[in-house]
Amino acid sequence: MVPQLTWNLIEDVRQALVFPFMVNAFRAGAIVAVLSGLVGWFMVLRRQSFAGHTLAVVGFPGAAGATLIGVSATYGLFAFALVAALLIGLVPSTRGRGYSEESAVTGSIQAFALATGFLFVSLYGGFLSGANALLFGSFLGITAGQVRTLLAVAVVAVVALAVIARPLLFASVDPDVARARGVPVRALSVGFLLLLGSAAAEVSQITGTLLVFALLVVPAATAQMWTTGPARSVVITVALGVTVTWLSLLIAYYSPYPIGFFLTTVAFAIYLLSAFLRHTARRAHSRSVVGAR
Amino acid sequence: MSWSDASGMGLHDLLSHPYMANALLAGIPTAALAGVVGYFMVLRSQVFTGDALGHVAFTGALAALAFGIDARLGLFMSTVAVAGALGLLGNRGRADDVVIGTVFAWILGLGVLALSIYAASPRGTANGAAGVTVLFGSIFGLSFSDAVVASVVAAALLTVMLGVARPLLFASLDEAVAAARGVPVRALGIGFLLVVGGVAAESTQVVGAMLLLGLLAAPAGAAQRLTDRPYPAMALAAGLAVVAMTVGLVGSYLVPKVPPSFAVISVACLIYVITFFVVRRSGGQRPQPPGCRNAQGGTRVA
Repeated sequence: MVPQLTWNLIEDVRQALVFPFMVNAFRAGAIVAVLSGLVGWFMVLRRQSFAGHTLAVVGFPGAAGATLIGVSATYGLFAFALVAALLIGLVPSTRGRGYSEESAVTGSIQAFALATGFLFVSLYGGFLSGANALLFGSFLGITAGQVRTLLAVAVVAVVALAVIARPLLFASVDPDVARARGVPVRALSVGFLLLLGSAAAEVSQITGTLLVFALLVVPAATAQMWTTGPARSVVITVALGVTVTWLSLLIAYYSPYPIGFFLTTVAFAIYLLSAFLRHTARRAHSRSVVGAR
Repeated sequence: MSWSDASGMGLHDLLSHPYMANALLAGIPTAALAGVVGYFMVLRSQVFTGDALGHVAFTGALAALAFGIDARLGLFMSTVAVAGALGLLGNRGRADDVVIGTVFAWILGLGVLALSIYAASPRGTANGAAGVTVLFGSIFGLSFSDAVVASVVAAALLTVMLGVARPLLFASLDEAVAAARGVPVRALGIGFLLVVGGVAAESTQVVGAMLLLGLLAAPAGAAQRLTDRPYPAMALAAGLAVVAMTVGLVGSYLVPKVPPSFAVISVACLIYVITFFVVRRSGGQRPQPPGCRNAQGGTRVA
């Protein structure tokens, strides 16, 4: 029997939750969305979204390599993402000296990581549909064990983020003043990259390594359009992330098309809608100001 | 599948295999083109435009397949159209990375949709690996006519690039002065992006949509570290890309388990990595191991 999406949302959810794999998917989705919302909020603030993308892309050879040697893909994802985060953090910053070279380096690293992943995939053989799942996400077959791993990593990462949140916010908004005040800006930056690596690895397991932007960037970017207050926009980010994930899971369950498409589309639609609303609100505001004169 | 059972696959009869001859025929002009265009992209800080166009190429090719059109048509139409749109809309080459990332994640999502529509269609079930092919290239699968078309297009685009090299260089290095001197900066920028679109479509056939960034960025980055002078750097970028392509294809021919696109990209990245050591260690002016005068490495642009 093919499940049908009806207008009775509660009945739809109930029907989807009959299967343990869907329950796992919803749990994993929520864990991932909360962590990626929190880390992604700082990432957007620090303008490091391409670092996040690179870290996620690096996870692809990690996951493919782990599968090749017969280890769970989850471990490969985390190992590669964290090592890459450390490397990016430790390489001396080239800021101020040639954005152009930095982008050439980043581009080469990304292409090399993807090429290596492809090598592992073709060495493994008969794994081609698996490559699609790694790249574009899949919610089928998430085990209870994986959910526990995701939860453990997320709890550690969120606690760590909570500990460094205040100085990190300071260092992100104004690094020079923060440094003058004795905030360890550099250590914070490396620490944050590690958190970003673990978040990217977690997100990859739902969205695939190529579509991490959908959960890591878009909710945070949307929330920062709505409000500038840090606390409020963090809460909105997390709420948006969970909404996007659960909604996409539900639609994907009832549809023959892959989750990656729904995740990116739902996230992008909310982003566009917010941009449009903000635009019209500003227009109305400026018109009323002009009218009052 | 190792050295031992690769009988009849020695280097001497490399070109007697049609797939290998076709691969070199398509690969070498494409690599030279990617090197030259990549040099300008690094110079103009537009590397991520190349990344973005790779995403577009993926979606374009799969959408064409899903609708039953020739994939190459979809490739060229989508990349050139998006490149033109980027050139017209974004006067700034450096739009907000959050916006770019968001839009292109969505485009990739559309590509995934097209992939699953294609895979479910009767045409697609015969070609289950289409998504992987588009992502990572299939240069050994090119027919002779494919290869001829690819090399003719690459040669034409290369000619265009060489024709506009001088004003484009001027406009890239100092836009304001170039504009004041009457160089059509905006038209050049748009024209360049259109060429980049063509390059993205070409390279997708050779190394795949996800890896074309490596072919664009790595040889160009290496060339910029090795010399400050624009024309030698441009030639060097093209040369290094051709070397990477040739060595990669031959390597993949000798070790069939290694996919060609991986081999090409690794050679390109290896060359780039080597330049970091070369330039750091020594002084001098030559692009070969007795490195570069500029001990800071890289060229200061702008």
